[in-house]
Amino acid sequence: MSAAIEGVPAIELRHVTKRFGSRNVLDDLSLAIPAKHGLCLLGRSGTGKSVTLKHIVGLITPDAGEVLVEGEDIGRMSRRQLSRTRQRIGFLFQNAALFDSLSVGDNVAFPLRRHTDGSNAEIVARVRTLLEQVGLERNYDTMPADLSGGMKKRAGLARAMALEPPILLADEPSAGLDPITAAEIDALLIDLKRRLGTTLVVVTHNIPSARAIGDELVFLDDAKILARGSPDLLDRCEHPMVREFMRSGGSG
Amino acid sequence: MGRTLLSLLEIAGDWGRFAGRAIVEAFRPPFEVRETLRQLFELGCRSTPLIAAAGFAVGVVLSMHTRASLARFGAEALIPAGLAIALVRETGPLTAALLLSGRIGAGIGAELGAMRVTEQIDALEATAVDSFKYLVVTRVIACVIALPILTTLMNFTGMLGGYAAESALTGMPLRTYFNAAFSLIAFSDLIPATAKTMVFGFIIASVASYLGVNTTGGTEGVGRAATKSVVTASILLILANVVLVRIIFFFYPA
Repeated sequence: MSAAIEGVPAIELRHVTKRFGSRNVLDDLSLAIPAKHGLCLLGRSGTGKSVTLKHIVGLITPDAGEVLVEGEDIGRMSRRQLSRTRQRIGFLFQNAALFDSLSVGDNVAFPLRRHTDGSNAEIVARVRTLLEQVGLERNYDTMPADLSGGMKKRAGLARAMALEPPILLADEPSAGLDPITAAEIDALLIDLKRRLGTTLVVVTHNIPSARAIGDELVFLDDAKILARGSPDLLDRCEHPMVREFMRSGGSG
Repeated sequence: MGRTLLSLLEIAGDWGRFAGRAIVEAFRPPFEVRETLRQLFELGCRSTPLIAAAGFAVGVVLSMHTRASLARFGAEALIPAGLAIALVRETGPLTAALLLSGRIGAGIGAELGAMRVTEQIDALEATAVDSFKYLVVTRVIACVIALPILTTLMNFTGMLGGYAAESALTGMPLRTYFNAAFSLIAFSDLIPATAKTMVFGFIIASVASYLGVNTTGGTEGVGRAATKSVVTASILLILANVVLVRIIFFFYPA
């Protein structure tokens, strides 16, 4: 698969509908995210934000509609194509989802060992750089069970960044972090976007983060898009829930 | 009642597909050699103390029973051979498999269950790793290889246990004991009975993996997956044993 083609959105959801049992989680959701853009998904808990992210890597398949990554429908990909697409997407899970059986360093090294030909020394050096970026340089040999929630998050982010993916999906990257670390994580994501042109899709409850990272904010409510636009535009939005969110400043 | 039966059949069919996929994927590259070896160590090597100790104890007890039975007919000379045949043909394979369905079945069910509920399986997939190949196929292969080897170990320590019991009673030398033990054992006693444990290994790993991977309901679900793995694998392998023994008798009539 070629690198991002001009004009083709990095990610596109077309009329995606998903039901869990009798509950509509996503209802005819359409969304296009241009390459090198930062998009933040906001909304109350249980409005389908995480489900949207999981659709993009094909962990969840839509009941109806299509998900396109770099112009290609991931529902029609062969296993090999899907695998190649997934290598171009970094994914930070809500609870980090570190592999329990591997140390922090080995967790971060995991995608590199699987998908690159680098020598062990090269991979270890790369892992150390990544851990330094997220402030975990002293935890190479720590097991995930011995990390705090915030540290797990950062290790998960380092793992998601390991292959320098052109697309990074992050589910609440700064939730549960102290304000200083949270700001550092935001700065790291913004730096990825500026320096490497990474397309970011970030689920967050943190409005300052969303303002900093997002070129565009999307509010989901009741399985649908309630409002979308730049942070400045949404500041002027009249909808009571959006207003409350935008003014809260903190976590919602 | 009807609905329970129907949903049971549905699960059985689902497991059947899962197990079939495991066989197909086991022969399709790329192969997860490293991870398979790691599982072989975790599931196989780490089971050796359990199997060796249990085998020895079973050998001692079996020897006492054999003596009690054969002494009535004045056939004490046949004690080592009698024990060897009982052990190799049935007691060793079935005891080993049941013990391992406890240790390995619960282990796989709980580990994969925990990986499911903490999204580690999703994380593997998102990292472009085929989680079925990486988690399930590796464990199935490891179990199919480990079971016959561990059964042989159990047979061996069982014989040692039998010898210990005999020599404590009669002072029989080791060499005499083993010569007598192997005098009546034939190829058809040993090989099919040991080979059938590969099927047991397949049942244990595929059932536990299936239940583990499909875990729902958080921590409680993980516990349920582990328990169900042991119960289901044990009962299935005892039932499968009936069929397997029938088949073995068909090819190797007594």
